[in-house]
Parts: sequence; structure tokens; C-alpha cells
Amino acid sequence: MLEKGKIIRHNQVGTDLYEIELAAGAIVREAQPGQFIHLRVGDAYDPLLRRPLSIYDVDAEKGTMEILYRVVGKGTKLLTQLTAGEELDLMGPLGAGFSIAEGINKVCLIGGGVGIAPLVFLARRLRSKNVELCFLQGTRTRAQIVAEQRLQAWSVDHYIATQDGSCGYHGMVTDLLTDENIMQGVQFIYTCGPEPMMKAVQAWACQHHIQGELSLEEYMACGIGACLGCARKLHSQDEFYVKICKDGPVFGLHEVELYEGRTGS
Amino acid sequence: MTQAYPSPDLSVNLGGIQMANPVAVASGTFGYGQEYEKFVDIAAIGALIVKGTTLTARPGNPNPRIVETPAGMLNAIGLENPGVDVFLDEYLPYLHAKNVTVIANIAGNSIEEYAALAARLEGQEGIAGIELNISCPNVKQGGLQFGTDPDTVYQVVKTVKGETGLPVLPKLSPNVTDIVAIARAAEAAGADALSMINTLMGMAISVQERQPVLANVFGGLSGPAIKPVALRMVYQVYQEVGIPILGGGGIMCCEDALEFIMAGATAVSIGTGNFVHPRLALDIVQGISDYMQAHEIEHLQAIKGCAVR
Repeated sequence: MLEKGKIIRHNQVGTDLYEIELAAGAIVREAQPGQFIHLRVGDAYDPLLRRPLSIYDVDAEKGTMEILYRVVGKGTKLLTQLTAGEELDLMGPLGAGFSIAEGINKVCLIGGGVGIAPLVFLARRLRSKNVELCFLQGTRTRAQIVAEQRLQAWSVDHYIATQDGSCGYHGMVTDLLTDENIMQGVQFIYTCGPEPMMKAVQAWACQHHIQGELSLEEYMACGIGACLGCARKLHSQDEFYVKICKDGPVFGLHEVELYEGRTGS
Repeated sequence: MTQAYPSPDLSVNLGGIQMANPVAVASGTFGYGQEYEKFVDIAAIGALIVKGTTLTARPGNPNPRIVETPAGMLNAIGLENPGVDVFLDEYLPYLHAKNVTVIANIAGNSIEEYAALAARLEGQEGIAGIELNISCPNVKQGGLQFGTDPDTVYQVVKTVKGETGLPVLPKLSPNVTDIVAIARAAEAAGADALSMINTLMGMAISVQERQPVLANVFGGLSGPAIKPVALRMVYQVYQEVGIPILGGGGIMCCEDALEFIMAGATAVSIGTGNFVHPRLALDIVQGISDYMQAHEIEHLQAIKGCAVR
């Protein structure tokens, strides 16, 4: 659906990282973890297209949702200038979100950088179903760590890895997968972040015969499967392409051929 | 108090295609309509030009396929589509049942393929007309090569007209030296109307990666960046041909649409704007209606081409 979302709060939470809280009752009622909203920043022609951003968290009672975004270009840079009281033009919730398997008692969520955004909403949903979870968050440095307080409030086991060692484990977040104290009893794994990170998660899960899901990204125009812009082959030998916006952004962890670089095909 | 003025007549006849209003949505920007149903009443749109159809399924180009550019975007989708049989079996009946005014869009690798596609669409219920894609810049064979030479345009249009009783509108490419020569050739071959313009060929380079952004290297530029070019071409062609024009290129608001009509377009098409505002086509219909009422215009015929000097 289309909805005008009024900005309730907008603040910087880390290096180039911002949280924005929006009143968008109709979208919030339908939103599922892993889905995204397609938002228009301003009404000028540059930037022209909407920006797809994962839903970071929702408050069903208040009818609000939060978006966590990283400043990467013109659109997100412009977005940082908007303040409380202003409205954003929203389309959503869009895409296929995470599935929440029944009969699973413990899951692992592993996110890199701003890729943790959809995993936080998922953590909220899983905790409301009393699923035990370990949340592994990887960043380059301490100033990029977010969501600590809310994860704590939901009694989530939260593990941090920084590449510069400024907080938590010193190294890649995927190294934590080998820690049996953390991973003991994990039956399902969800991941979102840089592709090389997800590739390492996939390799570990494959080795341990654990199923899971991941979330992909791609340039998008329409966000609803009409323009066929956000195409990707799940496997390089496939003949046909899936559309990240409509068939995804969530796919089975073992369903996708991942790459060390940004993308293949 | 303003004096009540009768509701304006928004209907137009685009070379035999009867449209309830003058606003169409462009091929490749609206899928098969279903994608947009959550956001807009697709039956209320003047005409829905569906995604380009080929004889057999095409997977399309590798990604990245799109990139945003100042006031526009580049695309190189590569005519991904499931083939004409799937279009006829799965998509068309649905649109027909919903009373949508459907214009099919066909693309071939050869004149024979255009003929075969037109023959396949002949007699199918629910198709108001056929747009000929002779201007796709993103496929190696076919597409653009048919749209840049007047003799070839003549042959394609003539052949297709021989296979179908439906109105035929070739979609013209702006990537030519003399668009009037192309338009004249299409008219001489019996085209019922002209659709113009397709995208302008362009490219973008990633400075970080030191390579073209699009996997296809080149893509078609669309969006408000191309509007002045499209408008100029419609203006030029309107003066030289007698058949109606479906004009478009970067239309983002009612004023843009009116500019095309004043340049000589009988109807307009919305493309990239649909991605930005899913309801744009119907907002523009409303805007045109309001403009007509405010200026006491009973029919768009009264302002069609009025800006031509």
C-alpha cells in the first residue's frame, strides 16, 4: 500500500548510521520481518527513484516502524536532513520476508554492518514466540554497533565482533560460528550482510547440515516485480533470473550461489 | 461562485484504439498490470501497454540491469519475458476479464518473427492494438536495428499490417539522425499511430570499480532527463505525419502530459514515473480533467498541437 509516514524521531546512532521512526499504521499492521519499504526522499527529480530499506523494528501498538539506514549515496544523504514532523512517501510492506519455522527452539541470527536491520525485527518476532536466539553482529568498529539496548530488553544473547577489535571479539563475525558455547543447539540460521560474510555463513551451515535463510539486495526501480531491474540468477548456470524485490529479498540459505565480490552472473 | 461546467470528454481515439482517457502506461514499466493492482485501479488507465513479448521466452540480461542517473535512470533489462504463449494463456485473460484496455508489445529478431507474433495475436480477445518494439537498445539482435533505417521500418510495419486487423503502432527510437524520416516510412507502410519515444542510449561508469555499471555496458535512459528531447521529437513528427501520436518520455506530472498534447500528441504514455508514483497515470488523468474544466475545454482536440509554430 501507499502511505504517508510522519517522522517521529530521526537520529544518528553510529558512524554513517541513522534510525528513523515513522508513524505508518497501515504498513505496520501488515509488516513481516524481512520485508522492506520503498520510500521517496523528498519530491525533487534527483534522486528520482524510491529507496528500498528493510524494516528494522515495529511497534504494533503505536503503529510505528523504524528504519536503520547507512548513508551510501545521494538518496540516503538527503534523507539524513529530514526532521521530526516531516512526512515520507512510503510503499510497502514489500517482498517476501523470513519464514518462521514451527518447532524450532534455538536459532542464530548473524548480520554484518547495516545488514542487521531486518534481523532485529525478526529477533523481536522470534522472541515473542519464545524462540531462543543468539544474535551475532559484525562491524568494522565500535561506533557502528547498534541495537544493543533493544536486544538486551528482549533477553537476546548478543555477541559482537569488530574487525579492529575495538569491541567484542577481534575479527570476522563469522569466526564466532566456530564457538560451540554460542552455537550449541542452533537449529536454524538467518543472515543478512555483505555477500562474502553470508558466503562464509552458508559454508558453515552446509558443513553442519543446518537450514537457514538469507536476505539479498540489488538496485531496484519499481520494487514490486514490474520493471525486472533487480534480477539475479540464484545459480550461475541457471537460465532464468529471480527478482530480488518480489521473489525475495529473502531466499533459502542454500538456494543461492554467493560470491566473494559484490555479485556474480 | 464559479460557473458549473460540464465534465470534459477525456476519451481519445488513437488510430483505432478507443481510450477512455488519454493516459497510457508504457511497456516494461507496468509489467502485466497485476503488479500494480494493490496500488491503482488498472482498468481506469487509458491503456496498459504490457511488457514486450517475444515468440519464445527470453531470460534477459545479466545484472546489474538498472542504475539511477541525474533525473533519470538507465535500464538494460534485455526483453526478459515468458514468451507469447504464456502471455496469451496466463496474463491476457485476466486483464480482459478486468476490462483493461490492453495494447500488446511485440519484439522480433527478424521480420518473419514480427509477422509470426502479429499472426499469433490476431483474433485474441482483449487486445486493443499492437505496439511494435523496433527500438529496444538493449538486445544484440532485433530491436533497435529495425528502428533506425526507414526502409526496414517500412518493411516491418507493412508485414505486420498484412498479418493483423488490429491497430499497429510502431514505437520509435530517438537514437536516429532523422526521426521524421522514420515516422514517414511507418506512416507510408500503413501504421495506424506512432508511439514515441523509446529510451535514449546511454551509460554510467563506476569510478570505484573502474568499469561500466551495467553488465550490458549500455542502457536506455528514461525519466525527466529525456523529456525535452521527447517533446521536441513529437513536435517535429506531428507536423510531418497525419497519423496520431502516443507521446511520452519523462512525464512526471499533468503539466508534462499537457506539453506533449500541445506538441501534437493525441495521447501520452507514462513510463519511469510509474516507478516513482504507482498512481501517477490516474493522477495525471485527474489533472488533465481539472485543467480542461478550468479552461472550459470540451475535448483535448481543442489543444492538440496548439503550441506548434
